[in-house]
Amino acid sequence: MTKTISFILNGDEISCDIQDHWTLLHLLREELGLIGTKEGCGNGECGACTVIVDQLAINSCLFLAADVQGKQIQTIEGLAVHTGSLHPIQQSFVDNGGIQCGFCTPGMIMSAKALLDKNARADKEAIKHALAGNICRCTGYVQILDSVEAAGRQMAGNQGKGAAAAKDPGTITQQSMNKKAGEVIT
Amino acid sequence: MSGYNIVGQRVPKLDAAQKAMGRAEYIQDVKLPGMLYGKILYSKYAHAKITAMDISRALALPGVHAVLTGKDIPPKMRMGFYKDNPPLKADKVCCFRDEVAAVAAVSEQVAKKAVSLIEVEYEVLPAVFDPEAAMEKDATLVHEAHKTNVLKLPWKLHYGDVEAAEKDSAFVVEDRFTTTWVTHCCLSTSGAVALFDASDNLTVYSNTQIPSLAQKDFLETLGAMGLKGKRVRVIKPVIGGGFGSKLDTYAYEHIAILLAHKCRKPVKILFDRKEEFEATSTRQPTVIYIRQGCDKEGHLTFRDIRMVLDNGGRTSWGATTPSVMMMPITSLYRVPNVRYNAKCVYTNNTYSQAMRGYGNPQATFAIESCMDMLAQKAGIDPVAFRRINQNEPGDETPQGFKITSCGLAQCIDAVEKELTQGSPLEDGEGIGYASLIHVGGGARIYKSDGCGAILKMDDYGRVDIFTGGTDMGQGLDNMIAQIVAEELGLLAEDINVVHSDTDVCPWDVGAHASRSTFVAGNAALGAARRAKQTLLAFGAKLFEVAPEDLVMENRTVSVKNDPEKTMPVDKLLRKAHFSPGGTMLMADYFYDPPNENMGKDFRCNLSVTYSFGVHGVRVHVDKETGKVLVKNYVAAHDVGRAINPMLLEGQVYGGVIMGLGYALSEEVMIKDGQIKNPNFRDYKLFTAKDAVPIMAPVIETHDPDGPFGAKGIGEPGCVPTAPAVANAIYNAVGVRIKDLPITPEKVLAAIQEQSKGS
Repeated sequence: MTKTISFILNGDEISCDIQDHWTLLHLLREELGLIGTKEGCGNGECGACTVIVDQLAINSCLFLAADVQGKQIQTIEGLAVHTGSLHPIQQSFVDNGGIQCGFCTPGMIMSAKALLDKNARADKEAIKHALAGNICRCTGYVQILDSVEAAGRQMAGNQGKGAAAAKDPGTITQQSMNKKAGEVIT
Repeated sequence: MSGYNIVGQRVPKLDAAQKAMGRAEYIQDVKLPGMLYGKILYSKYAHAKITAMDISRALALPGVHAVLTGKDIPPKMRMGFYKDNPPLKADKVCCFRDEVAAVAAVSEQVAKKAVSLIEVEYEVLPAVFDPEAAMEKDATLVHEAHKTNVLKLPWKLHYGDVEAAEKDSAFVVEDRFTTTWVTHCCLSTSGAVALFDASDNLTVYSNTQIPSLAQKDFLETLGAMGLKGKRVRVIKPVIGGGFGSKLDTYAYEHIAILLAHKCRKPVKILFDRKEEFEATSTRQPTVIYIRQGCDKEGHLTFRDIRMVLDNGGRTSWGATTPSVMMMPITSLYRVPNVRYNAKCVYTNNTYSQAMRGYGNPQATFAIESCMDMLAQKAGIDPVAFRRINQNEPGDETPQGFKITSCGLAQCIDAVEKELTQGSPLEDGEGIGYASLIHVGGGARIYKSDGCGAILKMDDYGRVDIFTGGTDMGQGLDNMIAQIVAEELGLLAEDINVVHSDTDVCPWDVGAHASRSTFVAGNAALGAARRAKQTLLAFGAKLFEVAPEDLVMENRTVSVKNDPEKTMPVDKLLRKAHFSPGGTMLMADYFYDPPNENMGKDFRCNLSVTYSFGVHGVRVHVDKETGKVLVKNYVAAHDVGRAINPMLLEGQVYGGVIMGLGYALSEEVMIKDGQIKNPNFRDYKLFTAKDAVPIMAPVIETHDPDGPFGAKGIGEPGCVPTAPAVANAIYNAVGVRIKDLPITPEKVLAAIQEQSKGS
């Protein structure tokens, strides 16, 4: 069965025809061409397809497209466009080595964003909990957790300074450059 | 300090921003006009004859363009180095994973439907699943024509005199260890797109770690199809994880080629996750019998290992892992007398491939568990025991490996220091250590261990470098960019690294053996040096000085000690370009390391240099549940030099967590040849919740042959993890688990057994 739905996608109003059985992942990737959202398993077990629906991180492979009627959807493509630069979470993943092969990255960043939007001061345990559904095979999670923690600090700082305080992309870079690289013995 | 500007910096991965924005294109994202979708039908049985096949209903389905069966496979078309694997099987199947038919259709849905309409009749045959049972005289033969289930492979060596050494040993221990199937779990599933042009030249998009050897395999496929003299182009999309899984060509790639040729359209085959678990290769499972001895002072006297490897129903690179296992067996610590004998045995299970470490984790599990057992028997502290036997620079090991730079001693010191300075051990806590040796300067397992690089500079001071090497997330792009930027006095962002297309990139043997930083790095450095030479010769003429008097730094060329005479490098390039008889700067280099192929008795210097490491772990064992909690992990590696400490740490962290999965939780559960847990729910990977504190001390020994002193470090992170954990568990609660993974059930059963005994 075909039906027409309307929703907000990364700030834009969208109206489109869908089939009842389509998942949100299918709608995004195959129909709307937003390939940033990845399919790692199709069963809700890896988190690579995570997007945000009305502030909640969900597995888009398990979410019916029909259910986004009237809702706000954020995908990885929606994070950087409005400022013209990377979102602090994206920048933090870049600067802190949170990205290797990158296939888990969009989902990982969306899960982190859903958390930090609610609580930028989330501690490591809360971050681990929020990312528990996102599998990464490359990084061992260490630098991903560092990335989210650093992004949270940045976002909390920005909130504190109010909307006028623009993100200083140099801050995180400097932190990561200064981070102790383990002990170097020559 | 190092005296370098770019080498040693924590430069973010060059493609990280693209990946963070979701703009990187993986095989999932490749869509070509008119593309069809291929789907494969697999065997229903572990071992059976195919007696009849009916494809008529599938062919009749609207939207289906082609159906292939084993009968459509050209007779000489065989995959794998042992040539026992046609892409589709015509007469019989030897494992559940065997491909029996394939379709191409207008959509994935139609292709799936068509596959379900293919009818295959089988006559089920008796099957064999235990490799040791498969070696017995009357065992069912997996391949009748092969006459035996034992593969004809030469994995056997004896250096020195093990028997005499055993007689002279003060202490000897022996035991049996087993390791099971684990798999790569790349987050991106496998896939390929094949298409032919009007002249039957082939292009394959594939996430391969071996573009040049894949090109060769595909040329052989074309040859078998009767297409001689054609060209093959391999294009790598962004690779979503490799870890060895993409080191061979697979049936799906060859099937996509056959379907594309039959349909005259591009054909894409993309695995779903279940297929990824069931139809890609695992790490090689092993049964290991080890005897090891030492003298009164604790010097190792001999090491004697016999091994049986479950080869599964077909043969891929897994059957050659014993060649790499020889490295830790003969050369981890000083051990004068060594014997090793490994048999790869056909069964009706799945079959194995390369996986990070290539046999080294299995062998090191047995060796390092046994080291602790031997130390205890000799009454020597396990760390002291390792120090007594540690490799040293200048050693030549019994296999003939020439140890040049070697920071094993510093690694032991660093790990011990970090692990012993914490709070005192509580009840149920213990500490364990294990070391590793791995190839760090290439590994000559093919006729060439080389890699090419082609470099060009534009009018704006920017570099494009075309490398044969492959980035699959591990960071080779940065290694090359930072090496080239350092040599040419540029910034990493000035360097564009192209590594994705055999039409433009030179030859490379593949992203394996932790060789890319060393080999592709040296190739890039060679090209950069040649470019620099040309540029400096031009600059020397311009400034009327000798080339040696010039220095390239901060995007400028300057005369030493004469600050007046300086020119931005882009301006110099334009001067060279736009002078009469002008020139554009181009340079190339092919680096083939001076290492050696294995000789008849396997003696050789396999690698130009070797990487070393020591892992130490503090665990807590819950005596009520058997659950093992990793409290603290320290992994020190001698890397020669860290070209990029941030990416280096990423390799270590990722390797350690993969190793901890190998040690504690991961297992492809196979019952009667069938995989029971082909999903992330039941295949237990570590998640962010299981992340553990890891310290990664970096030991820099400045290897004389490495690019800026660097050695390979891609694989070592997961090599000694399992024995370090096993040793820590023993230290904590006095039970030794010899079978991976060390699940709570096994620990608890051992604790209960122990309390019965006492």
